[in-house]
Amino acid sequence: MKSLADLKALRDQTKKRLDLRDGENDYRIVVGMGTCGISAGARPVLNTFVEEVAKHNYSASVTQSGCMGLCSYEPIVEVFDKQGNKTTYVHMNPAKAEEVTRKHIGQGEICEEFTIGAAGR
Amino acid sequence: MERMNVLICGGTGCTSSKSDLIEKEFNRVLEEMGLDKEVKVVKTGCFGLCQKGPIIAIHPDRVFYCQVKVEDVSEIVNEHIYKGRRVERLEMHDIDEETKEKVFSMDKIRFYAKQKRVALKNCGVINPEDINEYIARDGYMALGKVLTEMTPQEVVDEIKKSGLRGRGGGGFLTGLKWQFAAQEESDQKYVICNADEGDPGAFMDRSILEGDPHSVIEAMAIAGYAIGANYGYIYIRAEYPIAVERLNIAIKQARELGLLGKNIFSTDFSFDLELRLGAGAFVCGEETALIASIEGKRGMPMPKPPFPAHKGVWGKPTIINNVETLANVAQIINNGADWFKSMGTEKSSGTKVFALGGKVVNTGLVEVPMGTTLREVIYEIGGGCPNNKRFKAVQTGGPSGGCLTEDDLDSPIDFDTLVAKGSMMGSGGMIVMDEDNCMVDIARFYMDFIVDESCGKCTPCRVGTKRLLEMLTDICEGRGTMELIDEMEQLCYTIKSTALCGLGQTAPNPVLSTLRFFRDEYEAHVKDKRCPAHVCKALLSYSIDPDKCKKCSLCSKKCPTGAISGIAGKEVFKIDTSKCIKCGACREACHFGAVEMR
Repeated sequence: MKSLADLKALRDQTKKRLDLRDGENDYRIVVGMGTCGISAGARPVLNTFVEEVAKHNYSASVTQSGCMGLCSYEPIVEVFDKQGNKTTYVHMNPAKAEEVTRKHIGQGEICEEFTIGAAGR
Repeated sequence: MERMNVLICGGTGCTSSKSDLIEKEFNRVLEEMGLDKEVKVVKTGCFGLCQKGPIIAIHPDRVFYCQVKVEDVSEIVNEHIYKGRRVERLEMHDIDEETKEKVFSMDKIRFYAKQKRVALKNCGVINPEDINEYIARDGYMALGKVLTEMTPQEVVDEIKKSGLRGRGGGGFLTGLKWQFAAQEESDQKYVICNADEGDPGAFMDRSILEGDPHSVIEAMAIAGYAIGANYGYIYIRAEYPIAVERLNIAIKQARELGLLGKNIFSTDFSFDLELRLGAGAFVCGEETALIASIEGKRGMPMPKPPFPAHKGVWGKPTIINNVETLANVAQIINNGADWFKSMGTEKSSGTKVFALGGKVVNTGLVEVPMGTTLREVIYEIGGGCPNNKRFKAVQTGGPSGGCLTEDDLDSPIDFDTLVAKGSMMGSGGMIVMDEDNCMVDIARFYMDFIVDESCGKCTPCRVGTKRLLEMLTDICEGRGTMELIDEMEQLCYTIKSTALCGLGQTAPNPVLSTLRFFRDEYEAHVKDKRCPAHVCKALLSYSIDPDKCKKCSLCSKKCPTGAISGIAGKEVFKIDTSKCIKCGACREACHFGAVEMR
């Protein structure tokens, strides 16, 4: 450690890891991980969200919930913004998860075509 | 890629209820399920609610589990971590006063809602054995800032301006202490951290050292720069093994990164420190005794002056700061004196950590802004006395302090108010007492402690406190007279004005303060030979009310000394008081409330 700049670099390196414990994020991504969700492929979806959010340094936490009662639509992912508005995505897969992270979390644009509203039509 | 952190309290309290085994079990189960890459288990510092330990936090979900057992781990992993279903039976919760429903969030749980964590900022958040996690929370930024952007005088001025006062007892202005030492001309000066926490019931310093050791190390280096010292000692009692181990790890890591040692941040400033282990004598928390102990001498106080700032360890100018005081320093530098002054009261800025114990629902560590009322701490955070018992008093300041009663519940807690009320802040122990506590017995408990801990150097403390203890014992055992109470009060004042050090001068405080507020209890012991709280055994007598007795014989079966006689179903039972040892077993056994105690 030679200078304050070295210290700041070290801080920023670890900071991301600790953000997990702070809980103040713009978005909260909740992946349904009931038995139905897991068997429909929720685990790779969850992992994709975790990796993509970290890669782009987005302000979002990724958590899980149990079965949401719509087993035929699994894997289901809910995205909450700071105001508590909920968007429900259904039939998710890693590719869709990547796109939702990029568009919804990154740019604030809801991916309408993956939402439960679109699936019901 | 990590998606989840499991934080396990590794403080002394939770470790004693096997949090170390829980940590191992988490690692084992996670590995077994192939989740060990994405879920990280972190041993961290105290979450405060020690009553409900071992406590485990799961982030980013912000779920707290309490009283977790090793057997529960597999369920938490399978249900919560794998499937996202919270294990509600273990979840920390409170009951919402209006809706009467369970609430789980930290800002709704009353124990946490009113708290403001400054000194405990990192406790329960970081891994104390990983310097990188401290650095991630702006650790060592303040040291970097003072070394590269501020002069030593500017540092002293900032601390002075913040109004920070010593958290170890007296409440002396920290900045002023630093100023005195900075003004001394000397080839060598020292910084000492006083971690000789000795008040019965107080454990905030231990928790800070266990949960956030670097905050103290960083502050000592800052203090060293401010006064011109290049060496420090942390005087800590050997009976804090977890704190000692974490400090040693922290010092080693800080040295490896060059944050301790020569030419820190490529400046001319060098600083290093070492631990000195004390044997746990209460008097060694007194600064001159502490210095003697560091020098390898017997821990006995010296008259002041000379003050340590002028002539301290090895005869060199020395500052001695308490752990909690130091834990505030880096944040004052980072956030500014005005930020610190914005919390608390005008003359007592910032926050204070209290160790809440005794007859209160939520025991543990509580950090609140100065000026918070006793009622808020004891009732809102602490949850009041258990089993709907009536609150009687609260002892603050440990054996040097005094008790406060119901009338004082709404006064703000700060250094000066407590002194004006006849108690003191001390290190922040807060022992709550209810109707079942006998105040004479409490005074005797503290005096017993003092007699044990008196170093014996001066007569008023060595002999005086021993006599006080004998008098209190006489009163508790029914040999007291009204003259004895007066004599005892006189002796208190004599000790106060003649003892050598703070320990002796404050030793009579528990007696004086209980006499002041609960003289009626003393008089009941002396005049009526009765202990109103039914604590002093010698004054108790048990008897059976013949009208209530159902002749069931349960009491006589439970009596260990055969003091109860009667014939089952035919004759009411009686207690032979000459054989009775007053254990209370008969009273507990009786279903009809026939056994009376007075």
